[in-house]
Amino acid sequence: MISKKLKRVDIIFECNGCEPTEVVKKAMKKSPDEIIAAVIESGLRGRGGAGFPTGMKWKFAKEEKSDIKYVICNADEGEPGTFKDREILDVVPNKVLSGMAICAYAIGAKEGFIYLRGEYNFLLKKLQTIIDAFNNSMSKIGLDFAIEIRSGSGAYVCGEETALFESMEGRRGEPRNKPPFPTQAGYNGKPTIINNVETLVYATMIFRLGVKEFKDLGTTDSRGSKVFSISGDTPKAGIHELELGLNLAEFVEEFGDGDTKAVQVGGASGHCVPRKLFKDTIIGFEGIPTGGSMMIFNSTRSMFNILNDYLEFFAEESCGQCTPCRVGTQQLIKGIRAVKQGDMPSEYLDQLMKLTETMQIASKCGLGQSVANSFSSIVTNFREEMIY
Amino acid sequence: MEDTEKLVVDLVTKHGKTRNSLLPVLQGVVKEEHFLSEAAMIAIAKALNLSSADVYGTASFYSFLDTEPRGENIIRVCKTITCKMKGKHQIIEALEGHLKIKEGETTRNNKFTLLSANCLGWCHKGPVMLVNDDVYPEVGPDSVIDIIEKYC
Repeated sequence: MISKKLKRVDIIFECNGCEPTEVVKKAMKKSPDEIIAAVIESGLRGRGGAGFPTGMKWKFAKEEKSDIKYVICNADEGEPGTFKDREILDVVPNKVLSGMAICAYAIGAKEGFIYLRGEYNFLLKKLQTIIDAFNNSMSKIGLDFAIEIRSGSGAYVCGEETALFESMEGRRGEPRNKPPFPTQAGYNGKPTIINNVETLVYATMIFRLGVKEFKDLGTTDSRGSKVFSISGDTPKAGIHELELGLNLAEFVEEFGDGDTKAVQVGGASGHCVPRKLFKDTIIGFEGIPTGGSMMIFNSTRSMFNILNDYLEFFAEESCGQCTPCRVGTQQLIKGIRAVKQGDMPSEYLDQLMKLTETMQIASKCGLGQSVANSFSSIVTNFREEMIY
Repeated sequence: MEDTEKLVVDLVTKHGKTRNSLLPVLQGVVKEEHFLSEAAMIAIAKALNLSSADVYGTASFYSFLDTEPRGENIIRVCKTITCKMKGKHQIIEALEGHLKIKEGETTRNNKFTLLSANCLGWCHKGPVMLVNDDVYPEVGPDSVIDIIEKYC
């Protein structure tokens, strides 16, 4: 695996004043099949974290026979350490709307929704004005597609796509079983495309800049660039767009404070990489993928406290529907505290690791499944901090 | 009581008499009354033809849909990792001292409720605080007092 040099990119936020409606118009000169082929060709993968190929998702939804289809923009950005979607919706909202419109044209949807987390309600008023104008311009260019906003109410798990549908349907945000997948039966049981905010902007930009310019960036598995949310012990906290496939050692050299002990890649549900593994770690789908969250910790931080915080977060945000996640998260907190206080031997950590493996296999959704990522990477790499 | 019923009827008229409207209606009531009273939930259940247990079950899932009385202004301080690293404890302490309440409580004059919340999405500018829908990033123990004074 060869990693790329750290390279700054300016695709997402560039051209603030440009007219994204023009991009939709330009895209509509192609047939829906050509649009989907172009997105597949670009290699764009979902930017929310899971990385499903966007073009394939659109293709599945297009192939479904249904009079009603939906396009949903997932703006329920709740992963600790992630804040790029808020910035994108604040600075370049029109590009998000255009991506939704292009998708709607490609799959044959007439209605779109932005599910905005309640914590970002301060954006509502401004967004509504922009959406009203956008909906107007869509009818002017002859695209029968209108967007509405739905607000979340402070539940992390609603970022999980099927939990988000439940929430929009007026229910508790408890994830559904898959299959059926959202492209088959999503919101209101109809074929639904649900994409992350950033994914939709890249979709717009692929049609503005061309497939080649996007595809030339990144690596075979991780095409293009990515917006990173950088926080923690760093003098350069904030939002930075970088080419995918970069080496973590270079990243730390650029963004660390000179005393970086570990980087949490992908938020609380991601992996914690210790200093000794920086140079062997690639940020991308061939290495460690991320929804953009990069939390940097220096040597003054206790990794026990950090793991404890993650687990408290998961225990609170677990929807409680399935047992492995509901009980597992609680037991992990009890377990690491017992080891720390000397009530349990250090070998008990291995038993807790097995519990996270069970949670990974048996939990219904990504929340319970991904607790193992941070747990095993922290316990394996910082075992002594868990005990003493 | 009558006000609540009227509010619910207005919200249901605005959002539509379907289950899909439940969250927007609940959010609308919280916006006006700061929490969901039993009377409000019963009125919503009637208006949307649901059981009141179902309405309560849904509302209680969401941390922003409070089912216990809250003050006119709800303060939420982010408690997740990076905000904690940047000193959210001092923020909570400063607010507790100034408002003479503990986290989770409401002031006697019903002006403020002090809560902590999971990641608010401002990790690069922690510690961050929400007062109702307004965001205040990079706050300090002194500046938070000035900020909440504006809501008095």
